Amino acid sequence: MMAGSERRRLSGRGLPLPGNDIDTDRITPARFLKSVTFDGLGDAVFVDERAASAERGETHPFDDARFQGAEVLVVGKNFGCGSSREHAPQALLRAGVRAIVGESFAEIFAGNCTALGIPTVRASATAIEQLQRQIGEEPTTLLEVDLDEMVVRAGRDADGSLVADAQLEVTMPDGQRRALMSGAWDSTGVLLANREAVAEVARRLPYVEGDQ
Amino acid sequence: MAAANLFDKVWDAHTVAELATGETQLFIGLHLIHEVTSPQAFQMLAERDLPVAYPALTVATVDHIVPTDSRQRPLADEMAEQMLAELERNTAAHGIRFHGLDSDYQGIVHVIGPELGLTQPGMTIACGDSHTSTHGAFGTIAFGIGTSQVRDVLATQTLAATKPKVRRITVSGPLGRGVYAKDIILSIIATLGVKGGIGYAYEYAGDTIAALDMEGRMSICNMSIEGGARVGYVNPDQTTVDYLQGRPHAPTGAAWDEAAERWLGYASDSDASFDDEVALSAADIEPVVTWGINPGQSLAVGDRLPRLRGVAEEERDTASAAYRHMRLQENDPIAGTAIDVAFIGSCTNSRIGDLREAARVARGNRVARGVRALVVPGSKEVTAQAQDEGLDAVFRDAGFEWREPGCSMCLAMNPDKLEGAQVSASSSNRNFIGRQGSPTGRTLLMSPAMVAAAAINGAVADVRDMLPAEAG
Repeated sequence: MMAGSERRRLSGRGLPLPGNDIDTDRITPARFLKSVTFDGLGDAVFVDERAASAERGETHPFDDARFQGAEVLVVGKNFGCGSSREHAPQALLRAGVRAIVGESFAEIFAGNCTALGIPTVRASATAIEQLQRQIGEEPTTLLEVDLDEMVVRAGRDADGSLVADAQLEVTMPDGQRRALMSGAWDSTGVLLANREAVAEVARRLPYVEGDQ
Repeated sequence: MAAANLFDKVWDAHTVAELATGETQLFIGLHLIHEVTSPQAFQMLAERDLPVAYPALTVATVDHIVPTDSRQRPLADEMAEQMLAELERNTAAHGIRFHGLDSDYQGIVHVIGPELGLTQPGMTIACGDSHTSTHGAFGTIAFGIGTSQVRDVLATQTLAATKPKVRRITVSGPLGRGVYAKDIILSIIATLGVKGGIGYAYEYAGDTIAALDMEGRMSICNMSIEGGARVGYVNPDQTTVDYLQGRPHAPTGAAWDEAAERWLGYASDSDASFDDEVALSAADIEPVVTWGINPGQSLAVGDRLPRLRGVAEEERDTASAAYRHMRLQENDPIAGTAIDVAFIGSCTNSRIGDLREAARVARGNRVARGVRALVVPGSKEVTAQAQDEGLDAVFRDAGFEWREPGCSMCLAMNPDKLEGAQVSASSSNRNFIGRQGSPTGRTLLMSPAMVAAAAINGAVADVRDMLPAEAG
């Protein structure tokens, strides 16, 4: 297991991203998938939407100076729907996102985030709305995503420690939570350990032929 | 033995272990890979000095970046060439079967798996592509995965997975004329919503589904993910068995009889229970067109666009965003909406039956002036069959471009892209903003026959007005 891979508590400033059903084509347009690596994807995050916002004279949250350096993305419903491209969470990770709080997440996206050690926790619509408003009004708000207690705290940063003035209950699938907390989110090692049991299933399956 | 549904039977047969996280370690019987989501996974293996555990259970093809006009190597697009070359290197180095551009079986990964008979009932199938659910049409548990999971399957032939709930969606009654599998799945998504399937596998059941051929079932299972369900499946029956007989990887001789009997046994028991049940009547399904920026925003071709104030409150923001992007007006009829591009293709609708239905509409007609119309078959085998039947000539005579197989304008990773704010009538699966290659491009999803009708009219049209009379 990689050292320091346990994800129990993550804190950082927030980045409110309003809207539901934000798909992975919007997070990373397909032209950025034309590569054999994930390098450089940080610049691809929402690139077309950011350009469109700028053209309208608006500022996209990812370009908003107030949110520069934010590490906790706060989103609406069904975030990350569509394509299974891991490029989307890889790009968010490279853009500095360490955790995502949202109303709900598409399953493949949430699984991909887990595989990269990024928790995706769910909160109620009201709680998300309040949190987005709070960050919008006070961008220095510090958020703490606590997987131990399954809460997100929001408050001010007093010399590196959080003085919380709000706390919301969050949920996430138990398997993902336990994988993140134990550091087993990088699953290859865990799966490899059961080599013999895997071979046994392969032998038992009628369609897997001969010696593999 | 207690009654079980297909999902339980197949899941249990592939369970390796319960992991400390509570997840299941699931054996993957067939792993499909392509050039976009695999190179980083091979790189991760190399970094960890791990071999591919079961190379015979992985099959590769190239589809996303393939140009559909000239396939001359090196490919004109340098990055595309590099991705293809990387896949060639990786598959050769690890002893993985690869259907490259020169193979008779090259094509979209979800078209060739079934064609080759690789996809068989009772399997677990994974691929770094969300439309892997397509293979569920054969009674498999098939789902899309990210690249880190591609790494896990290559390294271990297993995945850490959480068992979903199962919702049975029963569709009953005969389909109307000009109504296709695509209209069924778009109607299901409109009914249950684009996130209604989160946490569920969908079982598609009922006599309407049973009456569909395998291609129709594939179109339905393909778009499960557009309804939020990672997995969708249809119980195997005689239609399934008949489709597979004689395919290159189907068993033969005594093994065939044994396999066919076993396959039918995976079907959900008649008294199996489900976590949720939904019923739809085929009589209520009409040709469907999407108007917005997700596949749930759709309407019957004869209907008018929704008024925002009539849209459910939680959907209103997305509907407003859709109107802004699509530049459509509330309460306008969708029929008559002018189009610039017509695209027949994608893993949803590029199979021979799709092309036959579109050709019935195109035959003897002409693509409207100013409309660019493309037909991109799903595979070399579809191409060969269509050419045998003279469908390529039907399309060409009508003014369609007849192309080489690949994913093409479904996601525009090759040179086939929308330009500017063009409107596309498309038989693909996603109308997301920017999906077809232009950030301001606009996509209307519909069945292949409806795309042909739109191409000829230069605008969204009801295919039922264009089908030959004998269609009945």
